[in-house]
Amino acid sequence: MTDENKLIFEKSREGRRCITFESCPAPDDIPKGMLREKPARLPEVAEVDLVRHYTGLSRKAHGVDNGFYPLGSCTMKYNPRINEEAASMRGFKCVHPYQEEKTVQGCLELMYNLKAALCEITGMHDMTLQPAAGAHGEFTGMLMIKAYHESRGDSNRNVMLVPDSAHGTNPASAAMAGFEVRQVPSDAAGCVDLAALRELAGSDTAGLMLTNPNTLGLFDTHIAEIADVVHEAGGLLYYDGANLNAVMGIVRPGDMGFDVIHLNLHKTFSTPHGGGGPGSGPVGCCEKLAPFLPAPVVVKRDIGYSLDYGSKQSIGSVKSFFGNFLVLVKAYTYIMSLGAQGLTDVSKNAVLNANYMFAKLRGSLDAPYDRPCMHEFVLSAKTLKEKSGVSALDLSKSMLDYGMHPPTMYFPLIVEEALMLEPTETESVETLDAACDIILELVRRAESDPESLHHSPYTTPITRLDEVAAARKPVVKYAFFERSGEE
Amino acid sequence: MSGYIPNTDEDRQRMFEAIGIRGFEDLLSDIPQALRLKKQMSLPGPLDQQKLLAHMAGLSGKNKVYEEIYRGAGAYNHFIPPVVTQLASREEFVTAYTPYQPEISQGILQAIFEYQTMICELTGMDASNASVYDGATAAAEAASMCVDKRRNRVLIPSTVNPEAIEVISTWHRHSEASIEIIDVHGYTDHPRFFEDLLDDRCAAVLVQCPNYFGAYTDMQVIADMAHRAGAKLIAYVNPMSLGLLKAPGGYGADIAVGDCQPFGMPLSFGGPYQGFMACTEKLMRKLPGRIVGEARDHEGRRGFVLTMQAREQHIRREKASSNICSNQALNALTTAVYLSTLGPQGLAEVSRLCYENAHYLRDRLDEVDGFRCMDEPFFNEFTVLTEYHADDVLDLLEEYGILGGLKLNGNSMLWCATEMNSKESIDRLIDILEENFLS
Repeated sequence: MTDENKLIFEKSREGRRCITFESCPAPDDIPKGMLREKPARLPEVAEVDLVRHYTGLSRKAHGVDNGFYPLGSCTMKYNPRINEEAASMRGFKCVHPYQEEKTVQGCLELMYNLKAALCEITGMHDMTLQPAAGAHGEFTGMLMIKAYHESRGDSNRNVMLVPDSAHGTNPASAAMAGFEVRQVPSDAAGCVDLAALRELAGSDTAGLMLTNPNTLGLFDTHIAEIADVVHEAGGLLYYDGANLNAVMGIVRPGDMGFDVIHLNLHKTFSTPHGGGGPGSGPVGCCEKLAPFLPAPVVVKRDIGYSLDYGSKQSIGSVKSFFGNFLVLVKAYTYIMSLGAQGLTDVSKNAVLNANYMFAKLRGSLDAPYDRPCMHEFVLSAKTLKEKSGVSALDLSKSMLDYGMHPPTMYFPLIVEEALMLEPTETESVETLDAACDIILELVRRAESDPESLHHSPYTTPITRLDEVAAARKPVVKYAFFERSGEE
Repeated sequence: MSGYIPNTDEDRQRMFEAIGIRGFEDLLSDIPQALRLKKQMSLPGPLDQQKLLAHMAGLSGKNKVYEEIYRGAGAYNHFIPPVVTQLASREEFVTAYTPYQPEISQGILQAIFEYQTMICELTGMDASNASVYDGATAAAEAASMCVDKRRNRVLIPSTVNPEAIEVISTWHRHSEASIEIIDVHGYTDHPRFFEDLLDDRCAAVLVQCPNYFGAYTDMQVIADMAHRAGAKLIAYVNPMSLGLLKAPGGYGADIAVGDCQPFGMPLSFGGPYQGFMACTEKLMRKLPGRIVGEARDHEGRRGFVLTMQAREQHIRREKASSNICSNQALNALTTAVYLSTLGPQGLAEVSRLCYENAHYLRDRLDEVDGFRCMDEPFFNEFTVLTEYHADDVLDLLEEYGILGGLKLNGNSMLWCATEMNSKESIDRLIDILEENFLS
């Protein structure tokens, strides 16, 4: 129908309503200067039109439930339905955050047990569940590192080392905590260049932020040496948990020498990503850093569970209340449904699925780091582009016509024309085969008919957008006057 | 196999062969043996689905769900129309990642564009981002937008929500901003508290309206005063109050922030909620995080895309305006569905009901012996001084399934009413108090 692409404001008609409340006169005791002058132009629609509008929008969205989503570093695994059912229970949903502790023992017990489980999985001593996302967790961890050094009178440590393959959030988080960021180069094998690290580490080193396996999907074999170099220089080792899905039950960040970590519950622990959040980014730490955790920390006492605001060295709160609680409920449900063996199987199968795809694809595109990967791998369309003019972007856009979400493109930055694939453990071998067939066919088509790939996608509601023009003259809200002009 | 893993042992065998390996161990050879976990992790579970749901119901059952809630302080009990919850639960929205591929993400991008428009309408501002974690972090990010090397002081009265003050302070401990909390000795924001403190080093004044204690004030006066000193005004508002009270754009705020929790998000023990940020056009390129903009495709069709990305961490790394990546997208979508469900009339009705019920509650409580309510103008929250210990009042109400106001200290409390607290329930509350406290 014709109004398929209309904004909800363009469907609005004066006087239409979805809901009415008890009528109530406008108060007469608010001074005129403090009253709202005119009503917000919110949409006026009937419920059926509201439902059709959002149902229409949902059909123009692609989630894990719609199809394969191998977006590297994002761990787009299946989001179990039982998690949602648990999080919708009234005892979780209808509880005020400032209820007295004795009336929220179930929430606190869940948080305490989740924290304990995550500490066991990562080899950490204690944890906060407060941060709302991975980047928020990174910032929290950076503040803790800063506070630790300052507590020792070691306030000259103002440099945070970050590998050149790191997520953009790493340097941004370090800068927000007042650190100067210095980049550590990668070596030919795609890992931290140890010699360069030794060169960089010194009395001004506050720490090193590391993802392991890294963003190339490679486990840094020198992790023990890296930890030694950083620790001997007096710095701390920070673990970006974006890639934890590769190593659960196999190796723990704490045992690798990491002092502070963050996790992404919306990646590894199966909570849905909601089109960009809400996520959850718990931060764990070793014993000496525990006093610096944000307040409050959930503790278990003789009389029950409690929120402890006591540590004088705490960095303070990084968010109102206690975190994205319903996301915590989902992650806890997931862990309880799997147990220790189940989580170990998750990681092993995530690694197997990635290697299976890598084995099938490494002959057709460049494999800049050609050795067994962990849970994800990076290919490059560099040679293909030189030969045919077809770029990583063209390949990705063409995948949309096959109903597959493309991989992460142009990241990590150290690989030209990068395509980063993370299939996750929740995909069957048939799905992996089908995805590989699509990519192989696209590589063939790139050679025979490159033009068709440049103009893809063809089957989506729109084709490629002019993002440059959009950013130059940004239109970030609906222009109501246009509508009245038309009418 | 557990873990929602579809592949069978047979599948795995076939995959091992295709890769040319004997088993998992060949894939893990990069991980040094010395570091490996030598034994199984010690974790509870696994529970089958039936037992797991029973276990979760058990935990949920250990929390008390109150029939009547008179507590707010940053988390408000409002009616959530079923259509809001159901539409926001559509799996295509729920299970998508950030809309990096606009061609297959138009639904999410358009919904966020509509959300941004609604936030601009409600606040009277020019531009909105796609959301941040919550109201407190929105306030912290707003402070970042205002400071530079020349002007770095941010003045915040003590009437701002204490959790927000703490988050802002934590956030800026090592930033160039100097956060200064001004003790206003009470519940009201009066311009005289700022007047002498404003100078040419002052970047912004951040005022909550209605403030933590529920009182609202003439923000125009504060805005004018801040602007005269060359500083910006950050208005931290309860968006539900904007159905009735003047929009921040109307009194000249430069940035409006707050939490959209009242717009369709259950109390949920404090999260997920959703921070909003809106600003003048002049400040638009300083907004942190995702922003959705309109664009045209090659055939001239309207579409939506994440825009002005040059501000963001994945491009600018350590020079980015913020580190935010994931925000609260699904909650922003919930806000948009809620506001579309209510429309301008519905929002005005709920806003008026909050005002009406809270004022009825105030007047009735004030009549109870030993209870004295705040006199300042307020929206739907107000403070009460009692001759009794707040804990005794709360314990009494608890027996009747009522969550009373928040204890601020020994005998002062912060009470709240919304459209959920009818006059009949308020009468019942007063009866309970009078029966028990009438000396």
